[in-house]
Amino acid sequence: MEKAKLNIDHSQSVIEIRNVSKSFGDNHVLKNVNLDLYKEENLVVLGRSGTGKSVLIKLISGLLKPDEGAIDVLGESVTELNDRQLRELRLKIGFSFQNSALYDSMTVRENLEFPLVRNKRKLTRSEINYAVEEVLDGVGLSQAINQMPSELSGGQRKRIGIARTLILRPEIMMYDEPTAGLDPITCLDINGLINEVQERYKTSSIIITHDLACAKEVGDRIVMLLDGKFERQGSFEEIFDTDDARVRAFYNYNFIL
Amino acid sequence: MAKKLQTFFLEFANIHRFLLRFWRELVTPPYEFKEIIRQCYEIGYKSLPLISLTGFIVGFVFTKQSRPSLEEFGATSMLPSLISIAIVRALAPLVTALIASGKVGSQIGAELSSMNVTEQIDAMEVSGTNPYKYLIVSRILATTIGIPVLCFYVAGIGLLGGYLSMMSKDDLSFLSFFTQVFETIAFKDLGAMVLRAVIFGFTIGAVSCYCGYFSSKGTEGVGKAANAAVVASMFLVFIEEIIIVQVLSFFG
Repeated sequence: MEKAKLNIDHSQSVIEIRNVSKSFGDNHVLKNVNLDLYKEENLVVLGRSGTGKSVLIKLISGLLKPDEGAIDVLGESVTELNDRQLRELRLKIGFSFQNSALYDSMTVRENLEFPLVRNKRKLTRSEINYAVEEVLDGVGLSQAINQMPSELSGGQRKRIGIARTLILRPEIMMYDEPTAGLDPITCLDINGLINEVQERYKTSSIIITHDLACAKEVGDRIVMLLDGKFERQGSFEEIFDTDDARVRAFYNYNFIL
Repeated sequence: MAKKLQTFFLEFANIHRFLLRFWRELVTPPYEFKEIIRQCYEIGYKSLPLISLTGFIVGFVFTKQSRPSLEEFGATSMLPSLISIAIVRALAPLVTALIASGKVGSQIGAELSSMNVTEQIDAMEVSGTNPYKYLIVSRILATTIGIPVLCFYVAGIGLLGGYLSMMSKDDLSFLSFFTQVFETIAFKDLGAMVLRAVIFGFTIGAVSCYCGYFSSKGTEGVGKAANAAVVASMFLVFIEEIIIVQVLSFFG
């Protein structure tokens, strides 16, 4: 199911990446890249494994520092913020990890409460309970509230991971390989959830994936990372309307093999 | 060779930064009291069975083995004094530290390392929590507080083991044994024991947290971190013991 086309305001950037480079030793992962994420837009970053897609969102959230260039998130320069300012900015950014990164030693309820309890210290117990139940209901997993992460399936873990980020009501969502390792039906569910989050919470999102079905279903705009640079961008059809062998190979692998 | 030296100095600088950050975060609010108490429970209370058994055996066996030497000089009545000095001055802090290095060190190393591998530390960071304060400071403080407490406990259990060992041969009352013990132990002995235990506790916490927090990614990294935490903690405990003994004997 393809998503309905939204009217994205291209004058309002929530993330601006300018001339950013990042290397790990001799491995130049990102080479002088530029990118904008617009308000309430779902931007898909496509690319093969190991091309620096996850590095990009870790740079945006300040988990890594760029070697060169500037990254502005909601008007603030990530590279120039101190630890406290960065933590405040991160409350506006939701990060859904590839392996969900749920805290093993906590139940689902405790996982969801954790960011709330630590960042909204004035909330009462009943307000916390309400927020947890609401967000859990939003991802359709109310029954899992007292379960441990080890008792959940891969798809359920992803949903709880997304719920944990949503509980702080972020303005920006970043999904790192949201459908990796999931069966096709669960992938459809997760894609539906990403679109639902965009509609319900009015979030602007970056979705890192190499899954073309996911890209087609959730992306308002797609950019393709090839050899450390954003070589192509546009709609799904525009991206693959090319003779570039690297792009064609990517397409063929996903849809033919 | 040059590369090894470079790695050594980089590691040294990293440890330096790690410790400096600990002191900085320690004095900066907010304070993680709840987590510190939870870690004290995990580290202290959950180590009690192992610590109890080890402390008791050490006291019991030490008394058994010391007896023949004193018997040769007809000085078995000095046994309670000997046991108390040996346990309070050396055995209790050292045994507690070595047991804690194995049990607590490996636990902290493996736990932090697996959190690192599964991106749980990153998840904490992006959700506005300072993982250094929440995970590292609380654990180092818990070992620094918990190990001296355990050390007193081990000394008590060790002395009890010593008493039971003596009682099997001599007709000695509980009261007279412990009267002799407390007459022998000076306040400075207790002070030295606490000092040792605090240093050992801090070392075990800091080393284990460092090994876990900066472990390499992958499941192999978890095993390596747990192993490195135990080996490095034990090694440093012995080195520190030598230094402390020298320093204390210098001051009398």
